[in-house]
Amino acid sequence: MTESRRGPVVYVAALMLIGLMLGPVLYIIVGGFRTNSQITTDPAALPDPWVFGNYTDILGSDTFWRQVGNSTIAAVVTTVGVVTLGVMASYVLARYRFRGRGAMYALFAAGLMFPATVAITPLYILVKNLGLVNTLPGVILPQIAFGLPTTIIILVPFLQAIPKEIEEAAAIDRCSRLGFFWRMVLPLSVPGLITTGILAFIGSWNSYLLPLFILNDQDSFTLPLGVQSFASQYSVDTAKVLAFTSLSMIPALVFFSLFERRIVGGLTGAVKG
Amino acid sequence: MAVTEQAPGDRVRSGGGVATPPPLRPRRRGIGWAQRLEILALSGPAILVFVAFVIFPVLMAAYYGFYRWKGFGKPTNFVGLDNYVTILQDTAFHEALWHNGQILLLSLIFQGPVAVGLALLLNRRMRGQSAIRVLIFVPYVISEVITGTAWALILQTNGAVNDVLRSSGLSGLAADWLADPALAIWTLMFILTWKYVGFAVILFLAGMQNIPDELSEAAAVDGASFWQTQRHITLPLLGPTIRIWAFLSIIGSLQLFDLVYIIWGQYVASTAGTSTMATYMVTEGRNAGNYGYGNAVAVVLFAISMIIALAYQRFVLRRDTEGALTGGR
Repeated sequence: MTESRRGPVVYVAALMLIGLMLGPVLYIIVGGFRTNSQITTDPAALPDPWVFGNYTDILGSDTFWRQVGNSTIAAVVTTVGVVTLGVMASYVLARYRFRGRGAMYALFAAGLMFPATVAITPLYILVKNLGLVNTLPGVILPQIAFGLPTTIIILVPFLQAIPKEIEEAAAIDRCSRLGFFWRMVLPLSVPGLITTGILAFIGSWNSYLLPLFILNDQDSFTLPLGVQSFASQYSVDTAKVLAFTSLSMIPALVFFSLFERRIVGGLTGAVKG
Repeated sequence: MAVTEQAPGDRVRSGGGVATPPPLRPRRRGIGWAQRLEILALSGPAILVFVAFVIFPVLMAAYYGFYRWKGFGKPTNFVGLDNYVTILQDTAFHEALWHNGQILLLSLIFQGPVAVGLALLLNRRMRGQSAIRVLIFVPYVISEVITGTAWALILQTNGAVNDVLRSSGLSGLAADWLADPALAIWTLMFILTWKYVGFAVILFLAGMQNIPDELSEAAAVDGASFWQTQRHITLPLLGPTIRIWAFLSIIGSLQLFDLVYIIWGQYVASTAGTSTMATYMVTEGRNAGNYGYGNAVAVVLFAISMIIALAYQRFVLRRDTEGALTGGR
C-alpha cells in the first residue's frame, strides 16, 4: 500500500504508544535503583548514583521468597488442574453425542459471565467451612473452578476441529475412544492447552480478591498480597516498595513473553469474526 | 444465563438466546453403558469442582442474604428482605451504582475507538510489529496490585507526574489526580484504559486476521483509499468481534474491584468518588463483619449483571444473526 508515504507518522505513533505503555513499568524498575532521598527531591529522574541495596535486600529476605513459593505453587497447581479437568470435559463436549450435552455446555459458559467477584463472600464461607482458610488449596480449588469456563470455551472448538477421518482411522485400528483421546487428541491439541494454561497461570499469579479473602496469615500470602502488605508496612520506604514490586512482576512477564505467540494464536482460533 | 453457551465462533453467527451447542457431526444413534461411563469419568471431575465452587456459592448467597449474620455458626436471625431494602435505600450504594454506570459507558466510549485505532495501526506491515504487539500487552499481564501501586506512586500529590509538570513550567496543570473527587473517576478511567486496552487490541487483531485479504485487494483495485477500505470493509467485518469485546468490557466494568480497592483503599481516601458495587460489597460485608448483608449485595450485583448481560445479548448480539447491524457500533 502506501507504506513509504505514511511510514514516519505510523512509527512516531507506535513509539509514543510504547512509551505510554511501558513508562510506568520502567518507572517502577528504575525507581528501585534509587534512594528515598533521590525520589523525594526529584520524583521523576534517573538514579544518580545507581544503588542496588533495595534489590539485594529484597532478594535476601525470607518473606519475599516464601511469597514467590506460595504464588508458584498456587499458579502451577491451578494451571495443571484447570487444563486437565478442562480438556477432559471439552473432549466430552466436542466429540460425544448425548442428552444433556447442551445443558452442560450452557452450565460452563454461564460461568464466563460471572468472575469470582460475585461469589466471593459465600465462597469464603464455603472455604472456611471446609477448614481451608489460610491454606493454598483454599485458593487453588476455587481458581480451578472459575478457570474452567474460559478453558472449555477455548478448547471445545479446538477439539472439534480434529478431522473425523482421524477418529475413524483410529477406530479401524481398534483404538478405543479413550485411547484416541490419549494418543491423538492430546498431542494434537497442545497449542490450545498451552494457550489456556498460560491464561490460567497468569490469572492465578495476579489473583488478588480471592487470596485477600482466604489468606489472612502472613505465612500463606501470595505475591500480590505480599506487595500490598509490603507497600503499607514500608510506606515511607518508596524505593524498596518499587524494588519489591518490580521483582514480583518478573515471572508473569517472562512467562508471557515466552508464550506470547501462542496466546495470540489461541485467541485467533477462538474469535472467528 | 444464556449469553455465551455457544463456542465463540458460533456465537457470533447464531447469536440468539437458544442453547445451541456447537454443531456436531452425526454419529451413530444410541449410546451404550461403556460410553456413558466414559462421559461420566471425563466430565465428572470438572462438573463437580465447578458446581461445588461456582454454582453452590452463588446459590448460598441467595440464602444467606435473607439473614442478619456475622459469619459464625449457622445463620438464625431471619430478616426477610430487610437487607435488600437497606441496600436499595443506601445512598452509598446508589453512588457506587452510578460510578459503575459511568465506568461502563466511559470504558466503551474510550477504549473501543482507541483499541480499534491501535489495531488498525498494528495490522499494517511494519518493522518491529511483533515487538509492539508484545509490548502493548504488557500492562494487561501485570497484576492489578502492581498496576495500582505503581500508578498511585506516580500520580500522588508529590509524585512523578506533578513533578514533571512543575519542572516544565506547567505547574498550573499539577493536580491531586487521585484524591480530588472531580478528577478521580477520570484518573481511574485512564488507568483502566492503560491496563485493558491491550487485551482489546489483541482481540481486534485476531478478528482482523480472519478478514480475507482478497476483500481489501479488490477494494484497492477499485481505487479505494486506505481509510475507505478500513471504513467500509474492515470495520463492518470486525463488528462481531467488537460486540463480543464490548460484552466482556461491560461485565468487567460492573464487577470492577481490584484497582479501585487498592488505590482508593490504601493510598487515598475512599471518598474520592470511585467506589463500585464490588468495593461496597467488600467494605460493608466482610470488612464490617456483616456477612448476611454482604451476600445480599452479591445477589444484587449478580442480578444487575445478569439483566444487563441478557439485555445486551437480546438486543445487540442478536442482530448478528439478522445481519441488520453491520456498522460495528
